[in-house]
Amino acid sequence: MSLELLCGGLCKMDLKITRPRGVLLIFFTVLSLLHGSRGEIPPKPTGGVTILPPVKPDGGPQAYPDAEKANLPVFTMDYPRIQLPFEITLWVLLASFAKIGFNVYHKITIWVPETCLLISIGLIVGGIMHSVHEEPPAVLTTNVFFLYMLPPIVLDSGYFMPTRPFFENIGTVLWFAVVGTLWNSIGIGMSLFAICQIEAFGVQDINLQENLLFATIISAVDPVAVLSVFEDVSVNEQLYIVVFGECLFNDAVTVVLYNMFSFVANMPVVEPVDVFLGVARFFVVGLGGMGFGILFGFVAAFTTRFTSKVREIEPLFIFMYSYLAYLVAELFAISSIMAIVTCALTMKYYVEENVSQRSCTTIRHVVKMLGSISETLIFFFLGVVTVTTEHEWNWGYILFTLLFAFVWRGLGVLVLTQIINPFRTIPFNLKDQFGLAYGGLRGAISFALAFTLPDTIGRKQLFVTATIAIILFTVFLQGISIRPLIEFINVRRTNRNLDTINVEIHCRLMEHTIAGIEDLCGQWSHFYWKDKFMKFNNRILRRILIRDSRAESSIVALYKKLELQNAMEILDTVSGDISAAPSIVSLYEEKKSSAKPKKKFLAADLRNMHDILSKNMYKIRQRTVAFTGKHTLPNDNHTKEILIRRHASIRRSLRPGSFQTSVVPRSHKYFSLPAGKSLDSNFFPPERLSYAAGQETMSEVAYPSRRSRFDQPTRSSSRAMMPLRRLDTLKEAPSVDILDEEKGESGRTGRAMSRTNSSYSDSRVPAPRRHFSSSADNDNGSADNFRNVHHETEEEEQQQPLSPSPAWAAEPRDNTTRNPLLRRPQWNPKKM
Amino acid sequence: MGASQTRSENQYQDLMDKTGFSLEQIKNLHKRFQQLSGNEDTISRENLETIPALANNPIRKQIIEAFFDKRNQHQNEVGSLEEIGFEQFLMVMSHFRPPTLKTTEEEREAMRKEKLRFLFNMHDTDNDGTITLVEYRKVVEELLSKSGAIGQEAAKAIADAAMLEVASTNVPHMEPDDFYEGITFEHFEQILKGLEMETRMHIRFLDVDTTTMRCGKSTS
Repeated sequence: MSLELLCGGLCKMDLKITRPRGVLLIFFTVLSLLHGSRGEIPPKPTGGVTILPPVKPDGGPQAYPDAEKANLPVFTMDYPRIQLPFEITLWVLLASFAKIGFNVYHKITIWVPETCLLISIGLIVGGIMHSVHEEPPAVLTTNVFFLYMLPPIVLDSGYFMPTRPFFENIGTVLWFAVVGTLWNSIGIGMSLFAICQIEAFGVQDINLQENLLFATIISAVDPVAVLSVFEDVSVNEQLYIVVFGECLFNDAVTVVLYNMFSFVANMPVVEPVDVFLGVARFFVVGLGGMGFGILFGFVAAFTTRFTSKVREIEPLFIFMYSYLAYLVAELFAISSIMAIVTCALTMKYYVEENVSQRSCTTIRHVVKMLGSISETLIFFFLGVVTVTTEHEWNWGYILFTLLFAFVWRGLGVLVLTQIINPFRTIPFNLKDQFGLAYGGLRGAISFALAFTLPDTIGRKQLFVTATIAIILFTVFLQGISIRPLIEFINVRRTNRNLDTINVEIHCRLMEHTIAGIEDLCGQWSHFYWKDKFMKFNNRILRRILIRDSRAESSIVALYKKLELQNAMEILDTVSGDISAAPSIVSLYEEKKSSAKPKKKFLAADLRNMHDILSKNMYKIRQRTVAFTGKHTLPNDNHTKEILIRRHASIRRSLRPGSFQTSVVPRSHKYFSLPAGKSLDSNFFPPERLSYAAGQETMSEVAYPSRRSRFDQPTRSSSRAMMPLRRLDTLKEAPSVDILDEEKGESGRTGRAMSRTNSSYSDSRVPAPRRHFSSSADNDNGSADNFRNVHHETEEEEQQQPLSPSPAWAAEPRDNTTRNPLLRRPQWNPKKM
Repeated sequence: MGASQTRSENQYQDLMDKTGFSLEQIKNLHKRFQQLSGNEDTISRENLETIPALANNPIRKQIIEAFFDKRNQHQNEVGSLEEIGFEQFLMVMSHFRPPTLKTTEEEREAMRKEKLRFLFNMHDTDNDGTITLVEYRKVVEELLSKSGAIGQEAAKAIADAAMLEVASTNVPHMEPDDFYEGITFEHFEQILKGLEMETRMHIRFLDVDTTTMRCGKSTS
C-alpha cells in the first residue's frame, strides 16, 4: 500500500511541481535523516543547477509554500508537505515488518536466508505495482546510494569486525579482497568481451571497458546469507573471517574499480598511460582512504575523551566522525569505504573505553540498526525493481555471465589459496576453499552499483538485468544450498559456544604459551607486531586518547561504587523472584532437581569468570568481541563486570567479620533433612567458615542474632552476594578444616541434632542487633572455640549467604552443586 | 661452537626424522639455540630467563619449565632436567608444528592430544598425573598476575570455580561424600573437547630468515 502511495505521490509531484529536482533533493535529505541524522550537509543535485539551503526534517516548507487562505479552515490536509518523510517512513516500516515476519517463523530463516525472503517480498510488492502500472520509486540514485545507503552498511561491518581474527588473517583477507577482486573483474570482463565477439549473441556493441565495468560490478561479493550460515554451523574462524573481511574490503576495491572503469568507459580511446595512471590511482585511492580513516578515528577517540559531561550526545560523535571521514574521502574522490571502515576500526577500541556503558550500547545498537535497515531496503528494492523495470534479456550474455562468474570465482580461490597457503600457519584445505568459492554470493552492493550506472552506458538495461539475474541466482541457489553443503562436506569447525571457565583459562594459557615459545625460538609471526603495537599503544596512544588510562583510579572506584549500588538493587529484585516460593522438599528430591539450577547458576558464574579473565589478562593478546553476526549485536558484558568488581569489593569487606551473613531462616534447612542425618554430611560443605559466625553458634544466645539480621538493611547486599560466595567457595577450606576434622566429626552429629529444635523455634524470634556486633567483635580471639564448633557453624554460614531470605527450597540445591569439590578437605581422610 | 658447526648432515637428518622439522627449520632453530645458549651446547634455565621478550609473559616460569620437563621429550620419563641440548630443545618445539595439508585425521587427533598433554604437563608440576586444586590455582594466579590486586583475588575464585566445573562435568553423579581429587588427563581432554586448538597452539616455523619473510607478508 505504501508503495503505491509513494509512487503515486511521486507522479503527482512531478505533475504539479515543476522542480522535480528540488523534490528529489528533499527526498535525499529526509532519507539521510532517516539514516542517522546525517543530513547536515545537503547533497548537491546531480545537475548542479539549483542549490537549496539545508532542509529541515519536517518536510519541505521551502518547496511548497502554502497558499494564503482567506478564511481560517476548520480542517485542512496538507499531504504534499509531509509526503516524503511520510512515505519513506512507510517504506522503512514495511521492510521492518517483513523482518519481524521472518523471525516469527524462524525455522524459515534457517533454511532460506533472510535476503531471499526480502527479495521475494520485494518481488511480490513489485508485482502488485506492476499490475497497477505504477513506476518504481526513484529512490536509488547514485547519490542516495553512495551518500546515505552505503555508509551505514559499511560502518556496521567495520565496527563489528572481529578484530583479533581479522588481524591474525589480515594478509589473507587483503589478498583475497584486493587480488581476488581484480582477478574476478579482469577475468570475467575479458571473457565476456570474448563472448561479445560472437555475432550470434548480438552484443557486439559492448566494448571492453564496459565489459570490465560490468565485471567489476558483479565481482563485489556480499555474503550476508553465507555469513549467517557459517555462524550457525560455526565453521572455523579462518574461513569465517576471510569471507567476512573479503566482502568488506572487496566493496572498497569494487567501488574504486567501478569509478575508474566508469570513467574509462566514457573515454573514446584508452592509452597505455591511462592503465598505469589507473594502477597508481588505485593505490592512492585505497591508501588515501585508509589514511583519512585513521586520522578521523583518532580524532574521534580524542574527542570522546572530553565527553564525560555530555554523555547524551556521546554516540553522536561516533556517527558524525565516521560519516565525516566518509564524506571527506568522497570529496577527494578517494575510497570512502576504506575511510569509514578504518575509522571505525581505529576508534572503536578507544571510544568504547571512554564512553559510558550506555553510550556504548547505544552506539552498537544504532550502528546495527542503520546498517541492517539500509541493507534491508536495498534488498527490498532489488525485488521491486526486478519486476518493475524494463529488462533487456539476452540469453547468451546472461548465461555466460553466470557461468564466468562462477568459474572465475572458483578458479580464483583455487589459485590464490595455492599462493597464500605457504604463508599461512594453518593452510586452507580443499573444503575450506570450496566454502570460500561457494560463499561468493552477490548482493546489495552489486545491485546498487548496477542500478546507478550512468545512462551513457549503452547497454545499461542489459547490465542491470544480468546483475539482477546473477544476484537472484547466487542468493537463492547458493544461499539456500550452502548450509546443507557445508554440513555435508563437513568443513572444519570451531566451536565457539564453549562457555566454560576452563576453556577460557586454557585459551589464555595457550596464547601465552605460544607467545612465549615464539619469543624463545625467535620467530615472530603477527604476534610480534601486535606486541610492538600494544607497547606503543600503551605508552603513547592510550595516554593521549583515553581519559583514564590507568588501571583503576580512585575516581573510577567511586564511579564503580555508584554503579554497584545500582546493580545491587537490580539484583535484589531478580534474586527475589528466583527464590520466591518456599517449599518443603525432601533431600532426595533436592538432589534430583539439583541439575537444573546448577547449570543455570554456574552459567552466570561462568560469564563472570570470562569477564574477569578478559578484563584482567595480559594485554598483548587481548581479545575483542568475538564473533558477531552481521545482524546481531554482541551482548555486552559490562554490567557483569560491575557485578564482579562488586563481588570482589564485598568479599574484601566481608573478610574481617561476617556482618552480613544473612539470615536464612535457620528453620527451613532442617525441614528438608531426614531425621537422624547429619547436617553437614548431606548439605553443607565445610569451608564456608567465618569466625564471627563460629563465635555465635557457641551459645544458644547467639542464634537470634542471625535472625535479627533478617530485617537489617544489609540484607540487600548479602543477597546480592550469592554469586560472590560461589566464587569464593574454597577460600578458607584447606587452612581450617584439616586441622580439626576429627573433632568436628565426632561432635557434629549430636550437636546438629540437638540444635535442630532450638533453632527452629528461635528462628522466628527477632533479636536485638547487638548480638551481631558483639559477636563480630569477639572474632579475633575465638580461634580455639571456633575449632570445636566450626562444623556446626558451617551449616549456617554456608546457607546464609547463599539464599535470599525466603528461599527455603532453593538453597540446598546450591549447596549440592558445590558439594563434590567443596567437601574435599573434610572427607578426604575418610576415604582413605 | 666448532663442534656445532661441524654437526654433520647425518645428525640433522636424524633430528628431522625425530621431530618432523625440515632441514631449513632445524638450521634456523639451531641458530637461535646458539644465540640463546651463548654458543654452548646446552641451555640452562638462566639462559631462557634472560630473554627480554619473555619478560612480559605472565606464565614465563611455566613455559621455561616445560623445556626442562622430561615428559615433553616424547620419552616415557619423568622428572626434570638441569640443562637441555639442542635435541631436547627441538623436541619441545616440535609440539607446535602446524599440520600440513597432508596430515590425516588420525594424525591431527594425535597432534592434538600431544598438545593437550603439553598443557597438562604445564599444570601438573609434581608429575602425579592429576592437576590438583593447588596446582591449578597456581597457574591461574600466574595468568592473572599482570593485573594487580584484583587478579590475585579473582584468580583463586576462578580456579576454584573452574575446578568445580571440571568436577561437575566429569563426575556428574558424585555422591555428597565424594571428593574430587584433581583433574586427570582424561578429564582434561574431556573439558577441552571441541576447543579449537589449531589457531592457538601452532607456530609457523620459518624456512628462511625471518626478516625477509615478514616484508613479503605485509605487502600481500
